[in-house]
Amino acid sequence: MGEFNVHRVRFFNYVPSGIRCVAYNNQSNRLAVSRTDGTVEIYNLSANYFQEKFFPGHESRATEALCWAKGQRLFSAGLNGEIIEYDLQALTIKYAVDAFGGPIWSMAASPSGSQLLVGCEDGSVKLFQITPDRIQFERNFDRQKSRILSLSWHPAGTHVAAGSIDYISVFDAKSGSAIGKMLVDRQYMGVSKRKCIIWGVAFLSDGTVISVDSAGKVQIWDSATGTLVKNHLVSNADVQSIAVSDQEDSFVVGTAEGTVFHFQLVSVTSSSSEKQWVRTKPFQHHTHDVRAVAHSPTALISGGTDTHLVIRPLMEKVEVKNYDAALRKITFPHRRLVSCAKKKQLLLFQFTHHLELWRLGSTVATGKNGDTLPLSKNADHLLHLKTKGPENIICSCISPCGGWIACSTASRFFLYRLNYEHDNITLQRVSKMPVFLRSALQILFSEDSTKLFVASNQGSLHVIRLLEGGFKHLHTFQPQSGAVQSMCLLAVSPDGNWLAASGTSAGVHVYNVKQLKLHCTVPAYNFPVTALAIAPNTNNLVIAHSDQQVFEYSIPDKQYTEWSRTVQKQGFHHLWLQRDTPITHISFHPKRPMHILLHDTYMFCLIDKSLPLPNDKTLLYNPLPPRNESDVIRRRTAHAFKISKKYKPLLFVDLLDEKTLVAVERPLDDIVAQLPPPIKKKKFGT
Amino acid sequence: MVAEEGVRVVRCGGSELNFRRAVFSADSKYIFCVSGDFIKIYSTATEECVHILQGHRNLVTGIQLNPNNHLQLYSCSSDGTIKLWDYIDGILIKTFRVGCELHALFTLSCAEDSVFVTTNKEKPDVFQLASVKLPKSSSQEVEAKELSFVLDYVNQSPKCIAFGNKGEYVAAVRDFYLSVYFFKKKTTTRFTLSSARNKKHARNNFTCVACHPKEDCIATGHKDGKIRLWRNFDDEKKYTYTCLHWHHDLVMDLAFSVTGSSLLSGGRESVLVEWREAAEKNKEFLPRLGATIEHISVSPAGDLFCTSHSDNKITIIHRNLEASAVIQGLVKDRSIFTGLMIDPRTKALVLNGKPGHLQFYSLQSDKQLYNLDIIQQEYISDSGLIQIELTKAAFGCYGNWLATVEQRQEKEAELELQMKLWMYNKKTQGFVLNTKVNMPHEDHITALCFCNTEKSESSMLVTASKDGHFKVWMLTDDSDIYKKAVGWTCDFVGSYHKYQATNCCFSEDGSLLAVSFEEIVTIWDSETWELKCTFCQRAGKIRHLCFGRLTCSKYLLGVTENGILCCWNLLSCALEWSTKLNVRVMEPDPNSENIAAITQSSVGSDVFVFKPSEPRPLYIQKNICREEVLWGVFVPRDVPESFTSEAYQWLNRSQFYFLTKSQSLLTFSTQSPEEKLTPTSKQLLAEESLPTTPFYFLLGKHRQQEQNDKLNEALENELVQLPLTENIPAISELLRTPAHVLPSASFLCSMFVKSLLLSKETKSAEENPDDVDMEEEKESDDSDEENNFTEKIQDANNTDLEEDIIHQLSKSEEKELKKFRKVDYSWIAAL
Repeated sequence: MGEFNVHRVRFFNYVPSGIRCVAYNNQSNRLAVSRTDGTVEIYNLSANYFQEKFFPGHESRATEALCWAKGQRLFSAGLNGEIIEYDLQALTIKYAVDAFGGPIWSMAASPSGSQLLVGCEDGSVKLFQITPDRIQFERNFDRQKSRILSLSWHPAGTHVAAGSIDYISVFDAKSGSAIGKMLVDRQYMGVSKRKCIIWGVAFLSDGTVISVDSAGKVQIWDSATGTLVKNHLVSNADVQSIAVSDQEDSFVVGTAEGTVFHFQLVSVTSSSSEKQWVRTKPFQHHTHDVRAVAHSPTALISGGTDTHLVIRPLMEKVEVKNYDAALRKITFPHRRLVSCAKKKQLLLFQFTHHLELWRLGSTVATGKNGDTLPLSKNADHLLHLKTKGPENIICSCISPCGGWIACSTASRFFLYRLNYEHDNITLQRVSKMPVFLRSALQILFSEDSTKLFVASNQGSLHVIRLLEGGFKHLHTFQPQSGAVQSMCLLAVSPDGNWLAASGTSAGVHVYNVKQLKLHCTVPAYNFPVTALAIAPNTNNLVIAHSDQQVFEYSIPDKQYTEWSRTVQKQGFHHLWLQRDTPITHISFHPKRPMHILLHDTYMFCLIDKSLPLPNDKTLLYNPLPPRNESDVIRRRTAHAFKISKKYKPLLFVDLLDEKTLVAVERPLDDIVAQLPPPIKKKKFGT
Repeated sequence: MVAEEGVRVVRCGGSELNFRRAVFSADSKYIFCVSGDFIKIYSTATEECVHILQGHRNLVTGIQLNPNNHLQLYSCSSDGTIKLWDYIDGILIKTFRVGCELHALFTLSCAEDSVFVTTNKEKPDVFQLASVKLPKSSSQEVEAKELSFVLDYVNQSPKCIAFGNKGEYVAAVRDFYLSVYFFKKKTTTRFTLSSARNKKHARNNFTCVACHPKEDCIATGHKDGKIRLWRNFDDEKKYTYTCLHWHHDLVMDLAFSVTGSSLLSGGRESVLVEWREAAEKNKEFLPRLGATIEHISVSPAGDLFCTSHSDNKITIIHRNLEASAVIQGLVKDRSIFTGLMIDPRTKALVLNGKPGHLQFYSLQSDKQLYNLDIIQQEYISDSGLIQIELTKAAFGCYGNWLATVEQRQEKEAELELQMKLWMYNKKTQGFVLNTKVNMPHEDHITALCFCNTEKSESSMLVTASKDGHFKVWMLTDDSDIYKKAVGWTCDFVGSYHKYQATNCCFSEDGSLLAVSFEEIVTIWDSETWELKCTFCQRAGKIRHLCFGRLTCSKYLLGVTENGILCCWNLLSCALEWSTKLNVRVMEPDPNSENIAAITQSSVGSDVFVFKPSEPRPLYIQKNICREEVLWGVFVPRDVPESFTSEAYQWLNRSQFYFLTKSQSLLTFSTQSPEEKLTPTSKQLLAEESLPTTPFYFLLGKHRQQEQNDKLNEALENELVQLPLTENIPAISELLRTPAHVLPSASFLCSMFVKSLLLSKETKSAEENPDDVDMEEEKESDDSDEENNFTEKIQDANNTDLEEDIIHQLSKSEEKELKKFRKVDYSWIAAL
């Protein structure tokens, strides 16, 4: 692998927001996740749980409910009283409709997908008709005394259960009249609590209603008679979420203690047909409140305040013991939050509402392999750049020369000019941005910092020439074939001739920047692209996909390179394909053209194309070879993939020059330290 | 004595009660437990042993009620037989000879003519669960060789096998496997807990299993304290389980209640946990049960539970988790440091009991009398902790004083030592702590002895220690201005050339003290603490030391480590005789000159009884048991026997008990086993009509006696004899009359009080009740008849009494009534 001086950066003080809602879409096998900062992320469960889309958050839009309707339409509702529909193609908000009922606490789409129900602060339940391009208010249900915190449709669409404070109401969906009311016991282990909040309800097709509440109870009711059938006390704290499988043979609840309980419908005896709900396994993958759970056919999905999205496969539903059978925990976004100005050794960190610019420290000391070198100059926090307005930052970039910073929110685009005078920095905003540059999904500077490439959410790609104190719009590549399709990833060749762009689903387009025309399109692949880069000199495009495949495509030859073909023929090592997290960044060694550097959250890897590929029998994760080992053995065991797991979790790795590496780590303990304290539980023996 | 033909070594009580799960009778009146070769039947209400079922020739390994007749009991034994008993009468109905060794027994109501047993056919460690067909036959002894194997490679313990859902399946656990065999489908499903291999310290091992009585649910206990509830186990893929975790150490046993609504679990925490509705949050506890719960069983009626504990105790617990009765055997949980002692007052055997306690065990009734808490600290059961051990104890001054020594040694240099002296308090009938001495010696105390002399004013205690000293402690006056008190203080410290003091012993008259210092025996005058003489035996350290008694009091006996028994003459200060004998235990009989010595050889232990003055031993029995004998003691007999044969004369005045390494208490007996049957149970067989507990029986007899007393009094003198309230006829009449025909209490009150006053006046003429007792014996034969008569007449009286009481009873009327009564009684006399 060679020896590097590594800048081990731990001052990126990034804390992901807590998860508020999750919604699973069975048709497309996608998962929508909303966070407390209003961000909505969409994970493709078929593509190795890759986070393929995201909608930036907004300070005033605290999402409280999220649901899929009519197959592919995603709605959210929040405490600002608005129902929002998202445009999944353009990655923008389609429209927002005020429900006029105060903050919205809950939302549920009817099983047919044609109606949407929201529960409001004022106790009203409002029914909306979903039309092809909008939603339309239809009717109010009988108004209840207090806020409606949870809603659930009967699978036939005839009845609705609504959880309020201290009671559950059952509505007739057609007339909107309340036909039943089930009072929930306020008592909690003999102590009367003030209120019992019904955090979640689920209506089953046999008329059973399952409720979870703030007293730690999971209760099973018969909605026809309004009687309590079974009471499971599962927690000392609130039970905050519930999700039922489609077969209605199991459900999952999440508690404020971070435990997720699985309930299953099992027959009482093998001979009788009588069945009962039994609490089976508890899972403790969270440290904080589990605010949201979902039940996919093969897995239990949970998320909460501790910011992890946990996907726990159900072993009995998994057919073959493969990659899908493993537990996975998604903590960090699958996109780049760090950009680097290599020459000036600057790092730009992107937070939800601000940017931070840091200069790396330096050292004069030298040492052996593995030594920690003392810093002669500490890392320097140069700039704290706050965006105006309530919107979250979508993307940001610093130019390789360090002279430009660009960032974008959902409605505004910012471009700054930086001037360095010794230790002082002056920042100047480039004003009068053109109208078409309102919002960008991805920003990239060319290697010589003269051009700016912006992928806008209309699917177009803008090329802008940067001048001292101004800019000039050169060209706009319009999307192909009319279909609006946003570009999420950009890569430019170091010589500035080629620009590669990839969208959410289709293949990678390569544009000739000199001639300002589309050069070619890389053949489409089933899995979304997670990272792109163009190699210097050879102009080979390296593409990483979410199924951990890596392709190399020669842009001048318009075909896959020989190496890529060999890799495809031989196949990757099985352990390589079993990694959890997608490759989020690719870069190249400036001196050694055969080396490709790529990283995911838990490792970084240097692929040496000159060495033989590993087969399934060889050890993939070899520790750094001991120094006293003879060269012969090292040569024999050497293969193309040099993997280091020394630094994790990694947010960014890049080569500053041929001898220096920068690795941005974000230890999980530091994130936990910034979270609110969890519910204290007595641990035996302490 | 007919049975004088041979002296045999017999087990004398104190056998294990906690070997297997106890079984309740169908009406929860009795509880059965295996106890060595016997089955004991206890009453759940009175804790008394009602019957002992004897007949097996080896360890009884399992008992179950006959599911088709709940008045019968099946038992299996290592001797390869299954026996069917009528437990009410204690009759053996049938014996089925299976042939191979049986380790556990299970019965099912659906399998009428077969039972299930665990056996090992080929290899000694591989056990199979097999069903045995019990042939229908009228003969007493039947061969039952028809075994069909159900499951192979099962655990030997019956806790690891359970039958569920009315015998549709059987679940067996072993190591990390749960196997479920379905009888209908004839298939076995097997579940493995995999984390055992993956994690380094996974303690997932199964320890026990129980099946839900109504649902398809299997509960398994694990070494890490978890309880798993398995469901859907007919499908190897869709099975699921729930965890319940409260125990921090392994789950020893599990039991479902009869309805299945709750699950009981217990373990080393000595807490019975009831999990209601199998919910983790809904549990109840019964804490402080004293010792590790080994077994839990549930009565078929559902009203009682019982737990068997490692300290040989069975606790009977009500459905509402209240302990209602305790059946306590000899505590054998721990190693015995104190040896066997006899409490001079109660004649009870005293030895280490529960942690930190001395137990007083009645050998006659095979029952623990009480526990004396010596250490007086909460016992925390944890495997890693080093506990305070009660190491030495001695009684002195005819049971007035008890000295105990406790120690705790965590590291080599850190010895904590404490000596306590307890005085017997006549008022409370118990020992009260008098003096506590911290660190009485610098090192371990090796011996402790009181000077038991007639002159009680100088109580003396000697302790010998490894630190090279022996200390003499005297009882002194410790009174101050607040109270009169006595206490123990150190009076003299002696040593000999810095050798470790290993033993000490007073002569019978208390004039001499012998202290052994490793190989040297020193004799000290107890008056002046002058070293009188030394005996040196270059044959090894002295292990035991004792003076001869009575006529042999001039001899001192010593046993050395390398197997020499020496006898020194104290008058000539010379070695009288010595012999090569590897003596482990040497005990003098307090009532005679005899000394018993138990030797250890490779084949077993032998006993020698000898007099120091005679060269020939009185009695030798080779090979009394296979194991090493640790302790022995002579217990004085209440009634001396009169063996004429010279060999058994040593058993006339005392009985010798000894304790082996596996903690079985053995003794020498001349009686045949049939005669050893406890007398109470025999009598019970005759008295069918009475409630069958000895307590009831004794009470019934006592009542009869009273009635006789009364009758005699009435017959013999005209005066009204009212020495006790029970004997006042008015009261007894009152008590006999049914409550609903009695007038109100205010009517009766004055009469009652007056009758008491009358008795005071005539008390001077009280007669000696002892005479009555003497006569009562003779008349007891026809007492029943007479009794009947009196009752009839009393009935007549009652009617009169009622009429009288309707109007206010004046004093004259009262007298009239009394006269009437006298007349009545004399009339009986005329009969």
